Amino acid sequence: MGRSDIGAATQRTPTTTRSNPARLATADAVLPPGEAALPRPSRPRLEARRWNKRTRRDALVFVAFAAPNVLLILLFTYRPLITNIYYSTLDWTLGAASATSVGLGNYVEFFDSPDASAVLGVTAIFTVTTVGGAMALGLLVALTLNQRLKGRTFARAVVFAPYVLSGVGVGLVWLFIFDPTYGVLSWMLRGIGQLSPQWVNDPKLALVMVILVYVWKNLGYCAVVYLAGLQSVPPQLLEAASLDGASSARRFVSIVVPLLSPTTFFLLITTLLSSLQAFDIIRIMTPSGNGTSTLIFDSYLQAFGSYNRAGYSAAISVVLFLALLIMTAVQLRFVERKVHYS
Amino acid sequence: MSGTLTNSSTGRGRPLSWQNLGRTVAGGYLPLAMATLVVFLPLLWMLLSSLKAPGEIVTTDLALWPRNPSLQNYADAASTVPFARFFLNSVIVTVVGSTIKCILAIFTAYALVFVRFPFKRVIFLLILVALMVPPQVSVLPNYVLIAGMGGLNTYWGIILPGLGTAFGTFLLRQHFLTLPQAILESAEIDGAGHWRKLWKIVVPVSIPSIATVALVTIVSEWNEYIWPLIVTDHPDMMTLPVGLTQLVNSDGGTQNWGMLMAGAVIVLLPILIIFAALQRYIVSGLTQGSVTG
Repeated sequence: MGRSDIGAATQRTPTTTRSNPARLATADAVLPPGEAALPRPSRPRLEARRWNKRTRRDALVFVAFAAPNVLLILLFTYRPLITNIYYSTLDWTLGAASATSVGLGNYVEFFDSPDASAVLGVTAIFTVTTVGGAMALGLLVALTLNQRLKGRTFARAVVFAPYVLSGVGVGLVWLFIFDPTYGVLSWMLRGIGQLSPQWVNDPKLALVMVILVYVWKNLGYCAVVYLAGLQSVPPQLLEAASLDGASSARRFVSIVVPLLSPTTFFLLITTLLSSLQAFDIIRIMTPSGNGTSTLIFDSYLQAFGSYNRAGYSAAISVVLFLALLIMTAVQLRFVERKVHYS
Repeated sequence: MSGTLTNSSTGRGRPLSWQNLGRTVAGGYLPLAMATLVVFLPLLWMLLSSLKAPGEIVTTDLALWPRNPSLQNYADAASTVPFARFFLNSVIVTVVGSTIKCILAIFTAYALVFVRFPFKRVIFLLILVALMVPPQVSVLPNYVLIAGMGGLNTYWGIILPGLGTAFGTFLLRQHFLTLPQAILESAEIDGAGHWRKLWKIVVPVSIPSIATVALVTIVSEWNEYIWPLIVTDHPDMMTLPVGLTQLVNSDGGTQNWGMLMAGAVIVLLPILIIFAALQRYIVSGLTQGSVTG
């Protein structure tokens, strides 16, 4: 599991550093020759000399190597989180030189308006259905790929491919397929005597459409991650259950599903985070956000659509960030406990 | 991939029979083919449509193959918007952005693993948490900052805010931790400093991991949409995904599906080719951390 690995790796760092023979070897150079011949690992006297010349130079090297990246992350990833909170208290037109402070006015306005329930509702529907859909279909595809079939490596690559493609390009391809007059879908519907619905103009169907395309683009990711999980299920366990007379459905529910729970947990977190940030497909398929205004898209439309309402947009961004934060925290707190680790 | 049809049945101790064959097809090959086709057909349709004449697209009587395949739609797209320029911009942004990001990731990961520093844990945690911060949330403040610095419609304005790399650093750090210490030891005896150890030992033995980071970075830089969309409004500075939006909104763009599919091909094909050639690295990079990290 990703999370537990991160923890394990973090704890490994100091050990690695301390027993790093490279550093010990150079430190030996400043010691008397007799000392240098002693066995290498863990020498308290070396540890005591924390700030000798060598460590100072190491510190300088560290700063030179890591500082550019760390400063960029601070400036463009962390700073915006704080600036957003400040902007969210302003009544400010994007591009205007001055702004008036309105305290929590933007939040009050958002939650008082009918927008809030619409936007939060659309976000919830989009997130739940895309996460559920991609994970369920991904598991089905993974179960198929887990059999010894010819061409399954090829199929795995094909199914994963949409995940690496531009959401804008993918969105356009599907917009053509969904076109009510010239699209393949309308042609197929005509074949069974049906008229194609107006996918883009009907707010409800527009949401269905972007959900379908988003699931199409992301299910390969879930499939590949689930496949790796399935391949770590010990075959002896399944064989033993099989000998005991367990049906394949029973083996799946009682053995495979519990053993997959760390994978499921990992996927739940990663797909939730990416679904809440889905932008490309929604923007290209439904530019006006009619029926598809999720938090992230509404925040974009408010600031960079026709309104230029920077303060209001920042408030929505803060709401989105809080939603992400709470969801991650809740998952870490409650879900992980119930997850089976082998 | 290793098993044949016969192996798959006999491998589990079952005799080869028509019943088993039927089961393998119904439970294996049929869904496998379906999943593959569901992904493949829309992309094939895009490619074929981009080669069709307008009359073959604006029709309710669909044919799969173009009657007279031509590149007219590509020419139309290029004359409606500066597509060659979009392509060049995308290449510049992707190459420069990915190169710098990879170098930053290599340096940072090396420092985190091999260089002693008192606040290393804190710095690592900072980078780890940055992985979880949604980039979309930072768009407005970064726009205000970059616009204030005069970065709208410039290459550096497009590239700079995305340069800090938490993903690449994390992935390389995990890999560097697994390197055997003995190889660095011998270099140390030869009196090599950090610079030489990094470039002469650590980087050469880590090429597969660096390739993974590079490929994943290239893919995400090429596809990046929201930031270039906001930071450019001059066609000469737009990247391909932004330019594609421009094409949709152009006078001749609405419903001109042949031309729009040609545009989509230009955006998707380079990544599809890279993916086809190097999918092993890309898949492992993007699904990293899921099972064994």
